[in-house]
Amino acid sequence: MIRDITLGQYYQTESLIHRLDPRVKLAGTLIYVITLFFYKNFVGYALAIFFLATVIRLSKVPFKFMVRGMKSILFLLMITVLFNLFLTPGTPVFTLWKLSITKEGTSLAVSMALRLSLLVIGSSLMTLTTTPNNLTDGMEKGLGFLKIFKVPVHEVAMMMSIALRFIPILLEETDKIMKAQMARGADFESGKLIARAKAMVPLLVPLFISAFRRANDLAMAMEARCYRGGEGRTKMKPLKYRGRDYIAYLILFLFMFGSIWLGRLTLPMLMVG
Amino acid sequence: MNIVKADNVVYKYERHDEEGNVEGYTTAVDHVSLDVKEGTFIAILGHNGSGKSTLAKHINAILSPKEGTVWVDGLDTAQEENLWEVRQRAGMVFQNPDNQIIGQVVEEDVGFGPENMGVPTKEIWERVEESLRAVGMYEYRKHSPNRLSGGQKQRVSIAGVLAMHPKVIVLDEPTAMLDPNGRREVIRAARGLNQVEGVTVILITHYMEEIVHADQVFVMDHGKIAMEGTPREIFSQVEKLKELRLAVPQVTLLAHELKQSGVPLPDGILTRKELVEELSKVCRSR
Repeated sequence: MIRDITLGQYYQTESLIHRLDPRVKLAGTLIYVITLFFYKNFVGYALAIFFLATVIRLSKVPFKFMVRGMKSILFLLMITVLFNLFLTPGTPVFTLWKLSITKEGTSLAVSMALRLSLLVIGSSLMTLTTTPNNLTDGMEKGLGFLKIFKVPVHEVAMMMSIALRFIPILLEETDKIMKAQMARGADFESGKLIARAKAMVPLLVPLFISAFRRANDLAMAMEARCYRGGEGRTKMKPLKYRGRDYIAYLILFLFMFGSIWLGRLTLPMLMVG
Repeated sequence: MNIVKADNVVYKYERHDEEGNVEGYTTAVDHVSLDVKEGTFIAILGHNGSGKSTLAKHINAILSPKEGTVWVDGLDTAQEENLWEVRQRAGMVFQNPDNQIIGQVVEEDVGFGPENMGVPTKEIWERVEESLRAVGMYEYRKHSPNRLSGGQKQRVSIAGVLAMHPKVIVLDEPTAMLDPNGRREVIRAARGLNQVEGVTVILITHYMEEIVHADQVFVMDHGKIAMEGTPREIFSQVEKLKELRLAVPQVTLLAHELKQSGVPLPDGILTRKELVEELSKVCRSR
């Protein structure tokens, strides 16, 4: 059934990581991703792998779910590795016709591959352990300071959560329109790419019209329930930091400073590039 | 003062031609006056385009009258400063259950109204629980609205309005998109609110079966109130209802036809039980 699809890729289970405040997880992912770009030796990467592995263990999410995210970047990963491997100037180790693999190239390729994989796995861990709902709540509260710069934080968060609510409804509707048109002889499957793209037009027009109609209805329903923006609004489920969240922040900062310090030490043999 | 009072309300829609210029006006509500007593169950009946939904939107201050005045609990709905107060006191449930649920979890949706009103967190939870219990959806509080049936979704919408502690609930064709089971659920929930919670209910519908239990019925046609009275009074005028293109319930229609062909039955029979009783009376007297 189309309405059973999971949004994002939330993995339902009970764990310490799931229970953390979404703001901690958002900040954590950001810190983690930034630190990955500071490493100059492989000790930093080793530390990051250890850190990530520990968090994955704590989250109780099966590892194969993380690998799923990797599939989408496999192509990019291969290109990066190959280019770095063959096109980095330096001392050649192995020469194949005109291309040669250099010592520097090998270590650069390995570090790029590590960086990319760690990046993807780390950020998918966040979406796997946080419901989309929690995520938008976390963004609204965590980025609340942007309001001083006239950034409509509440409105953006509200839009995101409404979009999330309507994705399954619109998918179902697409399915319905498609079936109705297929029943009248429309062909969405055969033909070249352009022909198939053209076949989508009669699908998109009714879908857009209905989406606008829904938006109109929803706006009216929201106003009827006294919605008037974020001003003066209370929360049914306010975000509150608990002890574990402060500890998590502490660990995060320790990880950040520790791994950057170690990762930038000049260590012979273990340097990147 | 009555809870809802409309005095000579007129509402016109602008008609546009293809370039978007105003071509003319369609009068959707034409000099309607209405008085609703607190705690009653009111039904407004009419076929499509009779102006009943337009009238309903005036009670929630979504529309304000072009002429005349609407008061909700003594507040003039046309006054800008009364807007939010009016919307809190007169809640509204719309036709399409999918297009009025905002939350991704049932309980969050019910909490949406109180959140907007600035109710403290602890009280929101109390209100959500009591409203969901009132419509019999408490055990679904953690569910995603996408997986509920149409009738259940509408009950969640009703709970969402109820959590704002309104004095009046306007239900604008809440059953139009539901199957017979869902329709029954929603009407039962609406009656429950009226009888148990004492909330004034204004039900807009074109299903005659749903108005049987109303205290007072208004029938609208071409933006005007064409008939007014108790369900029994309304249903005894079968010919007039047919003229207004309204489908009379089968039981009433059957009783009417029987009477026409000489069976001595009273006018305005509303339920199957009544018809059976009346018929057995007729049989016994023979």
